[in-house]
Amino acid sequence: MSLPAVLAQSSIKPRDRSVTGCPQNNDLCPGWIADNVDRYVDPFVRHVELTALALAFGFPIAFALAVLAYRRRWLVGPITATTGILYTLPSLAVFFLLQPVTGRGITTATIALTSYTLLILFRNIMLGLDNVPAEIKDAARGQGLSANQQLFRVELPLAAPEIFAGLRIAATTTVGLATLAFLAGAGGLGEPLFDGGDGIVFRGNVVFCGLLCVLLAALFDLVFLLVQRLASPWQRVGTA
Amino acid sequence: MSAPTVIAQGALEQFGNGLKFLVSSNTDEYGGGQVGGPGEVWDLLSKHLELSGFAVLIAVVIAVPLGLWLGHLGKGQFAASTVANVGRAVPALGVAAFLFAYLGPSKSNVIITLALLAIPPLFTNTYVGIRQVDRDVVDAARGMGFGGFRILLRLELPMALPLIFGGLRTAAVSVVATATIAPLVGVQSLGTPLIARGVYGSAGQIGAAIAVALLAIFCELLFAGLQRAVTPKGLKLGGEQRHKRRALTLTPTRKVQTP
Repeated sequence: MSLPAVLAQSSIKPRDRSVTGCPQNNDLCPGWIADNVDRYVDPFVRHVELTALALAFGFPIAFALAVLAYRRRWLVGPITATTGILYTLPSLAVFFLLQPVTGRGITTATIALTSYTLLILFRNIMLGLDNVPAEIKDAARGQGLSANQQLFRVELPLAAPEIFAGLRIAATTTVGLATLAFLAGAGGLGEPLFDGGDGIVFRGNVVFCGLLCVLLAALFDLVFLLVQRLASPWQRVGTA
Repeated sequence: MSAPTVIAQGALEQFGNGLKFLVSSNTDEYGGGQVGGPGEVWDLLSKHLELSGFAVLIAVVIAVPLGLWLGHLGKGQFAASTVANVGRAVPALGVAAFLFAYLGPSKSNVIITLALLAIPPLFTNTYVGIRQVDRDVVDAARGMGFGGFRILLRLELPMALPLIFGGLRTAAVSVVATATIAPLVGVQSLGTPLIARGVYGSAGQIGAAIAVALLAIFCELLFAGLQRAVTPKGLKLGGEQRHKRRALTLTPTRKVQTP
């Protein structure tokens, strides 16, 4: 098979002859999608799972790195550089570079997606901690708080807006990147978008999967916004 | 031999094959033609750069003037943040697939997708770059008789250059990284061996992944250097950060936001 033939295979048109009805005409087919909505449930759930896992691993790592760098300033440079390189590496390349070591599947995809969130989260947590006014830190120390008490009771609550902003950026970015996870054999919404394994590809499919991705990104954004509001009641006054 | 050693050896061998793919050609998976080697890699690289280059160029032509203009007028704060947020939420792959589904496989589809990806960071950074110029300095320039256009060109633009080039750097790196998905929508790029495993085999996949990763890092370093080069002398006297920090400790009576 020549290369153009391989590339021609990847086209948005129904391949599976057994599919009858609307998708054969390569239309939007909202009715067909509504009838076959089960097809999209597993990829959607997997997509949520990939994003949540990336954040669940990424946040503690970035948080630990940020606290470390906050207390040992000289670490800011090296950590930013390292997470910066991880961020620069194209996720698609990382999916394939990890395969000899971790194989195909959700592990590979999760490692790649996690490494991608680190820079965003680290930067925002640092920004939040750095923005805490020096007077407030002095006051906390003056009240006799230990370094850890100061961190958890004073600095982190005040850094909450930046930290949540970081989580929101990381979540929306990860939702977008997870569409490629199917190339690492990890499924997600990219799968029905391109192949679905069952060869049912048509225009409505692309539109529907794309919309699901945007919806999911908005959902994550909203959830973090809500959590932020609930977790920092003092911010509700005066902030839009 | 223990299991980890076996995995490590296998991995090393696969990486070795990947590197071999980049430097010498091999028989393809069907035993028909030759794949890999500098000739083909160079060919794919030039296609990759062509897509990326046009995309960034289009994005610059659209986003920078718009950002300069809105930033100078101080309008469109809402538009700036909306563009940034929406740009992040819409996956590039979705846009590419959408254009592909309706317009078929063509280079211009990929270029449009990539340009759409590059516009948000460029626009936001240009806008913020202009807005963050000290208003007192702008007033001083106006008092010296500078007109609006001269303020923009002689004052705001030079001071915004580091941020604008920062946006260019983000845009260029993500475009180069994302151009890898072009073969999914029927256009060749360095991503081709990644997607068309049937032709290139796993050595081609690993080789191309290495090439794409190196390209992205090279791009990042290149634009970081460029960013440093265009920063006006007055802005990089080195001590800017240190100076700021010292100034803060000298003025202990800052306004504190009461919780």
